[in-house]
Amino acid sequence: MKRLKRDIVVIGSGPAGLCAAIEAARSGAAVLLVDENAKIGGQLFKQIHKFFGSADHRAGVRGIDIGEQLLRQAEELAVEVWLNCEACGIFDEKTVWMVRDKEHSVAVEAQRIIIATGAVENSINFPGWTLPGVMGAGAAQTMINIHRVLPGHRVLMVGSGNVGVIVSYQLLQAGATVAAIVEAAPNLGGYGVHTAKVRRAGVPFYTSHTVKEARGNGHVERAVLVKLDSQWNQVPGSEFEVEVDTICIATGLTPAVELAFGSGCRPFNSPPLGGLVPVHDRMMKSSIDSIYIAGDVSGVEEASTAMEEGRIAGLSAAHSLGTITDQMFAERLEQLQHNVDALRSGMFGQKRREAKDAIVRSYGVER
Amino acid sequence: MSEVREKESRLKVDGAVSLIELHETVEYILPDEHYDHPVAVIECIEGIPCNPCETACPVGAIVVGDDITTLPVIDPTICTGCGLCVAACPGLAIYLKQQHHSDGLSYIAFPYEYLPLPEKGQAVTMVDRRGQHVCSGTVVRVIKTKRFDRTAIVHATYDSAFYEDVVNMVRL
Repeated sequence: MKRLKRDIVVIGSGPAGLCAAIEAARSGAAVLLVDENAKIGGQLFKQIHKFFGSADHRAGVRGIDIGEQLLRQAEELAVEVWLNCEACGIFDEKTVWMVRDKEHSVAVEAQRIIIATGAVENSINFPGWTLPGVMGAGAAQTMINIHRVLPGHRVLMVGSGNVGVIVSYQLLQAGATVAAIVEAAPNLGGYGVHTAKVRRAGVPFYTSHTVKEARGNGHVERAVLVKLDSQWNQVPGSEFEVEVDTICIATGLTPAVELAFGSGCRPFNSPPLGGLVPVHDRMMKSSIDSIYIAGDVSGVEEASTAMEEGRIAGLSAAHSLGTITDQMFAERLEQLQHNVDALRSGMFGQKRREAKDAIVRSYGVER
Repeated sequence: MSEVREKESRLKVDGAVSLIELHETVEYILPDEHYDHPVAVIECIEGIPCNPCETACPVGAIVVGDDITTLPVIDPTICTGCGLCVAACPGLAIYLKQQHHSDGLSYIAFPYEYLPLPEKGQAVTMVDRRGQHVCSGTVVRVIKTKRFDRTAIVHATYDSAFYEDVVNMVRL
């Protein structure tokens, strides 16, 4: 097996990994960015909507265009990129074992590793959930925005968080009808501006409702919805049918932590951020000195936050190798932390801010 | 709208803000009959971290401030109705309105990101915040410039009896 050496290996080329690679390369480190997919960018190139934030976060720019800008930056900085490359394990806190093109086994010895493996969609199951036509909201988004294929004509969206409402809006843009958005909780989860956008397009919301069953002959033809009481129990007799050919599940995300935990990173349970995450400090360093993390794997938030965290991880990893001065590090870190704090401010950011603080506190206490 | 329907229509349950909720915020300012041109109306009532409306405004009519979760406040007396904020708002939460545009007609310019786009002179159906059909409208013009980055702004006139209710149109 070949054995190569690099300053920093970044695993995952989504918004966090891409920004980590750019920041580390800009700070003078030799960076290898790997991704299991055929294309770079992770979920960024599915995000055809304009992002929130301020000018520092590229607010008002569509995710796809932010992705293009980041690609150009990575190219200019000569970041080495390996696509179709699966990172299978990390040994001795430094060696990343990868399989390239599903054929070649490669081990790269990295002085620092940045894990930016993102998150996976949660599912819920119900009778009929294996029928063709039931899919993750992320899958539907990939179909319409990457492959330009409409997964169906009448869609039921399960879950009203930002993913559910944004994908619903994009399904409307792609030409589908969204028959309903159901939310098990008594209140809608997504930003009001997103729910308002689909509501004025005529999409009804059903709070305290869930999908009880998918019916159809060989394919989804109908969904049975049912009301939930305050204890989240189904209310008998409240069932009704909606005619749909597609059911999208947008019931949250879980950090993709396998690689981090397999390498020995200490876990921390953070339900508001999606469950178990590798404990980390403000510089995005895990409990292992040579391993940094960033983005959804460190707690599920949004692409804008993932990008800022990625930059912090890339900067810190490079600084720990001595590629930039302490002063340069301190100045840039302050700026990046200001950016990430701004995205966690206000009432929507409060839960995430407190959850992140708890992780960082745990890092200091138990390390 | 009846009192009951008003209460049903709540942002975190129904998906759309009710007029009662809107009127409770100081940030929502519906321009009165004295304006001789359309001005921006902002329906942004949750403190999300965002400020492109402020940076887009060339005359400083919209203020968010250093804390970007602060709700935007517009001074409609300064607003020129240029529409840059309408296209810049990632939440599509801004439109321009004028109550008395011409004989019994109000004027609206709203963001529109669906295809096909309507054409000048086309009769369209105007909708309220819940997507209910309110009245017919006539498209005055459709603006699509590079600066608006694929968010078209549709200008239309409609019956002023529904001045406040109308916020957009039925997609074609």
